[in-house]
Amino acid sequence: MSDRLALLIKVNGEMHEALAASSATLLEVLRDQLNFTGTKRGCDHGVCGACTVLIDGNLARSCLALAADIGEREVTTVEGVAKGVNCSTVQRALIESGAIQCGFCTPGFVMALTYLFSCDPRPSREAIRVAISGNLCRCSGYVKIVEAAERVVEAGL
Amino acid sequence: MSVGARLPRIEAADKATGRARYVDDVKLPGMLHVALLTSPHAHARICGYRLDAARAVVGVKAILIGPDLKTPRAGGIIKDESMVARDKVRYVGEPVAAVAATDLATARRAVAMIEVDYEPLVAVLSVDEALAANAPILHEEFSSYVQSIKGGGRGNIIFETSLSEGDVQAAFAQCEVIVEGIFETQAQHHVYMETNGCVADVDASGKVTLYATCQSVHHIQQRVAEELGTPMAKVRVIATRVGGGFGGKHASNVHSITAWLARAAGRPVKLVLARTQDFEVQRSRHPARIWMKTGARRDGTILARDVEITTDGGAYADESPPVLTFALMMSRGPYRIANVRARGRAVYTNKLRAGSFRGFGNPQASFASESQIDELATRLGIDPVEIRLKNAMRPNDTAFGGHPVPSCVLRDCLVQVRAAQRHAAPLPVRPGRTRGVGFAAMSHVSGLMGTAAEVQLRTDGSIALSTGCVDLGQGADTTMVQICADTLQVAIDRVSYSQQDSDSSPYNWKTAGSRSTYMTGRAVAVATAAMRDKMLLHAGEMLECAIADLELRAGGLIGIKGIPSGVTFKDVALRSFFQAGGPIAANHSFVFDGPPFDPKRASIHQLAFQNLGVYTFGAHCVEVDIDEGTGKVEVRRAWCAHDVGRAINPLACEGQIQGGFVQGIGYALTEAMQWDSEGWLTTITLADYKVPGVLDCPAEIIPIILEDPEPSHPVGAKGVGEPSLVGAAPAIANAICNATGARLRALPMKPERVLEELEKRK
Repeated sequence: MSDRLALLIKVNGEMHEALAASSATLLEVLRDQLNFTGTKRGCDHGVCGACTVLIDGNLARSCLALAADIGEREVTTVEGVAKGVNCSTVQRALIESGAIQCGFCTPGFVMALTYLFSCDPRPSREAIRVAISGNLCRCSGYVKIVEAAERVVEAGL
Repeated sequence: MSVGARLPRIEAADKATGRARYVDDVKLPGMLHVALLTSPHAHARICGYRLDAARAVVGVKAILIGPDLKTPRAGGIIKDESMVARDKVRYVGEPVAAVAATDLATARRAVAMIEVDYEPLVAVLSVDEALAANAPILHEEFSSYVQSIKGGGRGNIIFETSLSEGDVQAAFAQCEVIVEGIFETQAQHHVYMETNGCVADVDASGKVTLYATCQSVHHIQQRVAEELGTPMAKVRVIATRVGGGFGGKHASNVHSITAWLARAAGRPVKLVLARTQDFEVQRSRHPARIWMKTGARRDGTILARDVEITTDGGAYADESPPVLTFALMMSRGPYRIANVRARGRAVYTNKLRAGSFRGFGNPQASFASESQIDELATRLGIDPVEIRLKNAMRPNDTAFGGHPVPSCVLRDCLVQVRAAQRHAAPLPVRPGRTRGVGFAAMSHVSGLMGTAAEVQLRTDGSIALSTGCVDLGQGADTTMVQICADTLQVAIDRVSYSQQDSDSSPYNWKTAGSRSTYMTGRAVAVATAAMRDKMLLHAGEMLECAIADLELRAGGLIGIKGIPSGVTFKDVALRSFFQAGGPIAANHSFVFDGPPFDPKRASIHQLAFQNLGVYTFGAHCVEVDIDEGTGKVEVRRAWCAHDVGRAINPLACEGQIQGGFVQGIGYALTEAMQWDSEGWLTTITLADYKVPGVLDCPAEIIPIILEDPEPSHPVGAKGVGEPSLVGAAPAIANAICNATGARLRALPMKPERVLEELEKRK
């Protein structure tokens, strides 16, 4: 279509080119054009948090961000959290705590918790709960997700 | 030993890193995208279509409308549905047309150009309207529909049924205290985090391959073949990772629509519902109105119960008959009540179909039943736990309908949640709030229908396990592997587990009815044991000894008892593959083999099942705080005791219990699908439909796992997926009453309703 923009977006440390409609969301460009499908579409209304990414280190809903607005800021998706094949501490804690069920919400929780620990390495239980309060999980009842975060605190990482 | 181990999920790292592939992550070369045109009327006759403008849009490759369909209607027990509406639309949001185009924007543009002429009809939006004399009839051709069980057809009635034991009238005459009331429950949506969707591909012979987020590849295969009018051999269904199901991802319009369009266009097509459409097109939990009357002696012995359940089935029958049947079966509660009469009817209305949803009629019945047990306790001045203990079912009792129940630890569940709550340090109560404690007991079943498993030995001694059981997130993949690995005493990473594929996976009815661990788990245990026996035969010949002298050793070894040396699984495999006997494999298949209803004991009219499964029991205790100013209810802490027979993976069991309980909090307090006076669903986003977030949930949901091994299962396991939801709403209602004296008989117990009840009491 004629209204497509050529975009240059830095995702997980690498530059990517995309051709997207001016109305395209960051979520659409990440998933449909750049194949970062770890970022999930859950509601398209900014409610569920499954599409959470970091933009310049800050939490963002990629379904509410316009791709054309990203400019020179750097995007981090769930694919950028693990170091190669090694899961991050947050990812490992979620796995080991049994906090992952259907897994569709998990990338969003990984991002929310990664952000939390980047701001506060020793959050309280209440701070953890507040930090993930923008993410919905329909399977776990959240208890094991909070436990996973507490496991990260206990490990002192 | 891997059975009983708290193992992380075998696929958890894929999910944590974003590698796990869900349906919307599937991309095929040349793939088209589908947009749906849905009905703007709750009830209307379709008079004609104008497709020219849509057809002319560049990029449109196929359009589907009702008149294209030549096959009979499809569905479950009553075949009343089709993938897109034919002749009539019966709910707002019902698919009327579907367009496949080169991209989604084009498909949407074309859909907007389709004109449909409707003759609006009077819509029936409530059960009362549907049952009224002279009510408009939704399905005029009901009598012509294929029905595997007859039980409906009068007016808008989908299905009518009853079940009774004893002499209710005579028993009520002996009761010293009788409580009676009407309980109402709402439509709840599953809100699996991944919306429903499907990618369909087609080969040159017209065979379609579907990549589906679903609860059974075989069920979807059957339904799509039926709707396409093609043999099942021409439909292949492969399960992707499933982002939650909860009963909502059985066959749906999306599978058949994508299959039809792929065949019409000769290209792969994708349809993944937007969240708003998923709300409008899928299914809900049945709203129910339950009249219930229960009577007891002054000492608390419950003598009689009379129940009448009316469920709102929405526009299509779907699972209405079995859900209603199960609601009746659960309406006695897990109690010894000798005289019970339960009658029910499911009714068509011009709203989204209601269907299966975690609990399957039990949450509705148990909300009424467990609320009324507390009312009875209050009237009698008996402690709510004591009245439950007094009447609780015990081992070797029979369930309502006469099924024998050899294992029952209900009393232990009740005692344990009470003790845990009593011994917990009290949480502070904030000013302006009142604390209440509430209990609920429940039973459920796990079982139903047929399943199978296949185990094969590979040349290096690895094991390939295959079942048709799709993991919706509850951990079935890991559970099956644990059972298999445990039987062979190998580490779980020696067992591969195959993705479900209708062309190659052993049959499994569905991931539903808390049945995976019990049913497919049984098949896995028996098939694995059969393969082990074949390996022992080889080893006996290799080691020149009697089978009885052999032993399986941890790590994939078989040796002679008392002698250290032996043969490895690899040695056995190589012999079987290349020298003698042929590659080792074994399978097991069975259909649920429990006894049917007992006609000598129970009077039964039109039930949708004959037998169901093995019975499980549980009890919940909750502490809630009620804000006296706003009516807001906060669940502070919960203890959930469940008999799981044997916990294959306690970590997964706990997750099921905590997650089910929270879905129950949503049902109890916030979740409600609401329709306006024109039949439009008004709660179509997650901003309008309130699913509990972490701050709506207690930080402590304490699972208490009881293990009384189920005799019919080789490992002793039973399911826990559904029961964990069932107790939440009545326990919370009982806690509210405990705190304030206000008895809420309708769900959800939103602040305004609580406040209203509090005001009434002033």
